[in-house]
Amino acid sequence: MLPTQVLFLSAVIFVVGTLGVIVRRNAIIMFLCIELQLNAVNMAFVALSRYVGIEGQLFVFFVMTVAAAEAAVGLAIIISIFRHYESVITDDFSFLRW
Amino acid sequence: MINPHLNLFIESGLFVDGNMNWKPIMPAIIILAPLIGFIINGAISLYLNRPNVNSKGESSNGLKRIVSVVGPGSILASFIVVGLNGFRMLLAGHPTTFNANYWTWLQTSDFQVNVGIQIDTLSIVMMAVITGVGFLIHLFSIGYMESEKGYARYFAYLNLFVFFMLILVMGSSYPIMFVGWEGVGLCSYLLIGYWFEDEEKASAGKKAFIVNRIGDLGFLLGIFLLHSALGSVDYVGVAENASGVFVYGGGLVTLITLFFLLAGVGKSAQIPLFVWLPDAMAGPTPVSALIHAATMVTAGVYLIVRSSVLFAMAPVTSALVAGIGVSTALFAATIACKQYDIKKVLAYSTISQLGYMFLGVGVGAYTAGVFHLVTHAFFKALLFLGAGAVIHSMHHALHKVHSEDDPQDMRNMGGLRQYMPITCFLMWIATLAISGVWPLSGFFSKDEIIWMTGSFAMAESSPFPSLYKIYWVMAVATALMTAYYMTRFMVMTFHGKNRTVDGAGSAIHETPKIMLIPLIILGFLSFFGGWVNVTPHLMESVIGGFGALPMTDWLHHWIEPVIAESHHIQLENIGETGHVSPVGGGEVFWAVLSTCAAAVLVIGTTYFKSKSLSYGVLGEDSGTISRFLYNKWYIDEFYDKWIVKPLGQMSKFCWLKFDQGFIDRAVNLSGRSAKGIGWFGSLFHTGQVNTYAFFLTLGLLAVLITVMF
Amino acid sequence: MDSLIYFVLASVTVGGALGVVFGRSPIASLLFMIASLGSTAGIYVMLEAHFLAAIQIIVYAGAIMVLFLFVIMLLNLGHDYKRDIRGGLAILFAFGVTGGIGGLLASRVMPEGTLLLNSYPTGVSIDTEIAEKGIIGVIAEPLFNEYIVAFEFTGVLLFVAIVGALALAKRSD
Repeated sequence: MLPTQVLFLSAVIFVVGTLGVIVRRNAIIMFLCIELQLNAVNMAFVALSRYVGIEGQLFVFFVMTVAAAEAAVGLAIIISIFRHYESVITDDFSFLRW
Repeated sequence: MINPHLNLFIESGLFVDGNMNWKPIMPAIIILAPLIGFIINGAISLYLNRPNVNSKGESSNGLKRIVSVVGPGSILASFIVVGLNGFRMLLAGHPTTFNANYWTWLQTSDFQVNVGIQIDTLSIVMMAVITGVGFLIHLFSIGYMESEKGYARYFAYLNLFVFFMLILVMGSSYPIMFVGWEGVGLCSYLLIGYWFEDEEKASAGKKAFIVNRIGDLGFLLGIFLLHSALGSVDYVGVAENASGVFVYGGGLVTLITLFFLLAGVGKSAQIPLFVWLPDAMAGPTPVSALIHAATMVTAGVYLIVRSSVLFAMAPVTSALVAGIGVSTALFAATIACKQYDIKKVLAYSTISQLGYMFLGVGVGAYTAGVFHLVTHAFFKALLFLGAGAVIHSMHHALHKVHSEDDPQDMRNMGGLRQYMPITCFLMWIATLAISGVWPLSGFFSKDEIIWMTGSFAMAESSPFPSLYKIYWVMAVATALMTAYYMTRFMVMTFHGKNRTVDGAGSAIHETPKIMLIPLIILGFLSFFGGWVNVTPHLMESVIGGFGALPMTDWLHHWIEPVIAESHHIQLENIGETGHVSPVGGGEVFWAVLSTCAAAVLVIGTTYFKSKSLSYGVLGEDSGTISRFLYNKWYIDEFYDKWIVKPLGQMSKFCWLKFDQGFIDRAVNLSGRSAKGIGWFGSLFHTGQVNTYAFFLTLGLLAVLITVMF
Repeated sequence: MDSLIYFVLASVTVGGALGVVFGRSPIASLLFMIASLGSTAGIYVMLEAHFLAAIQIIVYAGAIMVLFLFVIMLLNLGHDYKRDIRGGLAILFAFGVTGGIGGLLASRVMPEGTLLLNSYPTGVSIDTEIAEKGIIGVIAEPLFNEYIVAFEFTGVLLFVAIVGALALAKRSD
């Protein structure tokens, strides 16, 4: 199987994830879309690792760890925000502006 | 022949190295000692000025004693080292110039300034005058400033002044000299405005500072031009390259020397920038003696002598130097004839004598200029210090009877001889010296300048013979006027009937020893100082067969190495100066004539002036000319009307029309445009994460496009 | 056969991703996400990355997604069907930008534009190495030699993340 097909799939997933981050207002779903983007990158790493070397898979390992840490902290932030605003819709807490 | 025991010393290397080259010892001490004094005194001054120091004065008395020791002591240390080095130079016979570079100050592609010193025969003379006279004046100040509040501050400034003055004369290049030049200007400003609570005195300091700026501009432009022409700004480099680059009478060298002349005119208070010096009398009298008579104001003369090679190549500038000098001398002398303030007379007298020095260096008699500088430092310091002693006594006496009279006005004095006999005697020595009476110091120096002016006019190919003849006549006239106004000054102060308010007269008494001793030393120097440079003709006529005394023309030979190049140029282009005055008669004839005339004037003035005892307010006894002279030719008013006011008008125009109308609007416009841009940018700042994510993605797209194409 | 399996897995992955983006409730999106991640694990298996496939299932689809699920349940968002997709101009812009990115990426991996593919070092295939040592050995060796520092730091990172999450989520009263 050629990596080309996987790389193409990876690009598609990445684009879909990006689209999700931009169009969704729900903070949790935006988070999921970010995970999608990370996953797309992972896929590209794995596809290329077969030809370039095992480091590709190692990086995927690290990316997963970072994603886990990110998820833990990000979700904690969402919980904390939810306590204040009773909402996870980003329009409701645009307080960074003022 | 040198004493064999002394010879042993010389060969042992203590005084000179193996090649008989002269080397100074501890040259840094000379400069650093006053600086250390400044730091200590300045620290004490700051310490005493703390707001929470109690005014009991117990601890401050101890500190005051420290100041009294450190202030003059640091200058004495400097003087001792200078004296030691001078002695070593004397022993070395033909001393070579000593140069030392300590570090690089400025370095651009082809412009390099090293911080370095140059000690040669000229600078050692200046150093000796500065530290010697400076020390005596410091000593005098202990008594004079005794009861002043800012005692430590005064000595700090004075030490700083000596420090900068030494930099000025010891620096090895024009930029270093400029550092000292600016430094002494600063100290002058600080000391004129020493009593800064008095607004008039503070603004006198400002005036001195601002007028000097004009001259400083000239100095800077001169340095820049010098560098662009020669690629070097140190004395050695300039002397080496000048003859190769410049031509005699060329435009560039004339321009450079004109700029240097402007600098000298500002510092040495010549026409048209002399107006600051009379006002500078607002400072304490010892300051006037040190800065505004003996040392700083002679910096212009020093600058010209230092640049003698350049000035010798610029006959037009030299003629201008001499012209400015002699006009200033005559002009200031006329004003001095009608002044009543004891210090103002001396101030105008100083301007007049500085004019003589300029005349001397303008006719190529650089030695004569330096000679007059030295003797003038002696007798004018003596006159100022004597005047200071008088003012000091007057002040205390008037204070005692609660009189509001001005202690500096000579109309309130008279007959002080009976109260202050020693001061009176010493000041008569100085007066006779400045009047040019044989055999006091001023006679020799002034006579030489006048004689050289006449000789220069009669030189084989003098550039402007008739002009120099006029200069000569003016110089002679000024000499006679000097005798008149100085005698008038003495008579009004010390002779006739006492005119102080009732009861004050008896309170006047001789000044304390600490102030009297410097006066006595200066009196000695004023008397004998002239013998360092007596021309051979004069010497022969006076002492006959002993004409070949070692002192004959000593200063001339001493300074010769520094100005040899300029003499060479002068000899080449102008030829031998004619040893004859413009109207005939030899040197001795004119010397005798001038001294007789001066003596006659002195005696006559004493006789007639002592009789007219009433010096009322101006207007009672004076006509139009007197009033005109009393008001100093209305020069200040003239400057005020034609320079200061128009400048003010122009500034006002620039302020209202240009600054407020144009610049302020431009600034406001930039502010408003920034605001507009900010408003536009804030449109993208929605506060919603999605928008930011969108722009982030846009950035990613841009990066991708950049990478891929 | 392989390409058929790949086609099915790819379809599920893309479909799951689209489901995440356009799902109506967070729960639905989450389930689509798990489907997408699961089929990605299948693609990893096809790429001979068996270890990562397992990790993907256990850590990603298992642990992390369950964490999301916990939060959704904690915040009681399960029945929140409010439509929160932006409309109008915003979605137009979003499609424009993402389309641009996608086009650029795709132009480099499409079979016509074989630039990227040709530059692969064809000789370096790790398949033989994997056959020799097994996939765990091949990954573990550089991980505990060359990348040991980075590995330790990820441990620290996780620890910090746990502490941070605790500090943030704790009720402050």
